[in-house]
Amino acid sequence: MQDKSLLVDEQGFQRTLTRLAHEILELNKGSANIALVGIRTRGDFLARRLARKIQEIEHRELQVGVLDITLYRDDLRGKLNQPLLKGTDIFFDVTGKNIVLVDDVLFTGRTVRAALDALIDLGRPATIQLAVFVDRGHRELPIKADFVGKNCPTSSDEEIRVLMNEVDGEDAVVLVRKGRE
Amino acid sequence: MMALSCRHLLGLDGMPKKDIQTILDTATSFREILERPIKKVPTLQGKTIVNLFFESSTRTRTSFELAERRLSADVVNFSADASSVKKGESLKDTARNIEMMKIDMVVIRHAAAGAAHFLSRVINANVINAGDGAHEHPTQALLDMYSLRERLGKIEGLHVCIVGDISHSRVARSNIFGLRTMGADVSVCGPRTLIPSDIETLGVRVFHDIDAAIADADVLNVLRIQLERQESALFPSLREYRSYFGITRERLEKSKRQITVLHPGPINRDVELSADVADGEQSIILQQVLNGVAVRMAILYLLGTSA
Repeated sequence: MQDKSLLVDEQGFQRTLTRLAHEILELNKGSANIALVGIRTRGDFLARRLARKIQEIEHRELQVGVLDITLYRDDLRGKLNQPLLKGTDIFFDVTGKNIVLVDDVLFTGRTVRAALDALIDLGRPATIQLAVFVDRGHRELPIKADFVGKNCPTSSDEEIRVLMNEVDGEDAVVLVRKGRE
Repeated sequence: MMALSCRHLLGLDGMPKKDIQTILDTATSFREILERPIKKVPTLQGKTIVNLFFESSTRTRTSFELAERRLSADVVNFSADASSVKKGESLKDTARNIEMMKIDMVVIRHAAAGAAHFLSRVINANVINAGDGAHEHPTQALLDMYSLRERLGKIEGLHVCIVGDISHSRVARSNIFGLRTMGADVSVCGPRTLIPSDIETLGVRVFHDIDAAIADADVLNVLRIQLERQESALFPSLREYRSYFGITRERLEKSKRQITVLHPGPINRDVELSADVADGEQSIILQQVLNGVAVRMAILYLLGTSA
């Protein structure tokens, strides 16, 4: 059996996004040289939302790209389900930019490791920063986020799901406990 | 969720539409990688691939080798002239020896039809057919279809006419199988001596008059005329072949449609294809070469990373 609990509701989701947008602007002293890169799939939607928030604050268009890290994963072999390759769409030069990587959940850190490699193959950004909506702990690599929406300490038999309107029909964060037999 | 339904790429005969679609869609992602400053991803790191070429080939081997290296695989080239084949070793023994060296994938080209199928039965590595006799050359047909889809936005419903020596062409056979599966209307055109008499059983129409074929086609896939066929008296002379079947600007201009021209290379300029057509706007021959690397990367990725 599964047990679900709501950690962030629709309103909380909006407030967190707004705060993240302000934090990104504060650290970078404005939006002049930043670009957002979302990690497929939900990081992509989060990056677009954050870009819209930042545009509302700064009245300036932001460059947004999307990264497919499939080819850089360290667990490709032996996976039963080969992930669908959807491709990277970054139509601007990353060299010299302050790139904010965006993902929904920070967990082992392996996705971010792959994303860093993928990004560096595209050019030489001035800085790479990491923004995540939820940090759930259990890191396996020395990786830390610069911007965190919500810290949710979890146990390993729990799962965090960030739901987004674009794909899930609602904005929310839920914690799912997988029941033990 | 996504993987191909097979462990090897031996031919397009009987390959499900879903698999062809998966390969073409995946190739789009690799096309993007080829446009980057660093044209390399670490996906097949630690995998070893042997290119086993019993027939000489520069283009296909180079294309495969680039695809393999861009996926970070370790690559070993093995060609027939400099090998134990000359000393009389059988294909099975060669394969078993190579397998003992712990390789993960084999790309094979061989003059005998069925060589890739045979290999896939005797070794454990993934096998990719890079041309077996006059049987199949699946990666060429896949890159042809990819290039068509890129240029024309679709494959279904197009009339593709394959022109030239159909009897001896593995490119023609793989194209016929793949294009038919993808819903294209396929025809062949060439001298009677170079078209198998029962070719209609593969579901294609036959033209012996190139102008009639051009009047109806959206795409011409022009095959290379092997000069040695003339010695076996299958057509009287290159000049005669050119005047009856050579694709020229004047011939294409008679058609009301904008015809797209493909050629698997290398071209005999001004024999099967006039130079102005080969270099003209309607030709996507150089795109085919670029797409060949992307399509081969997609196949290597899909076969090399599936469980």
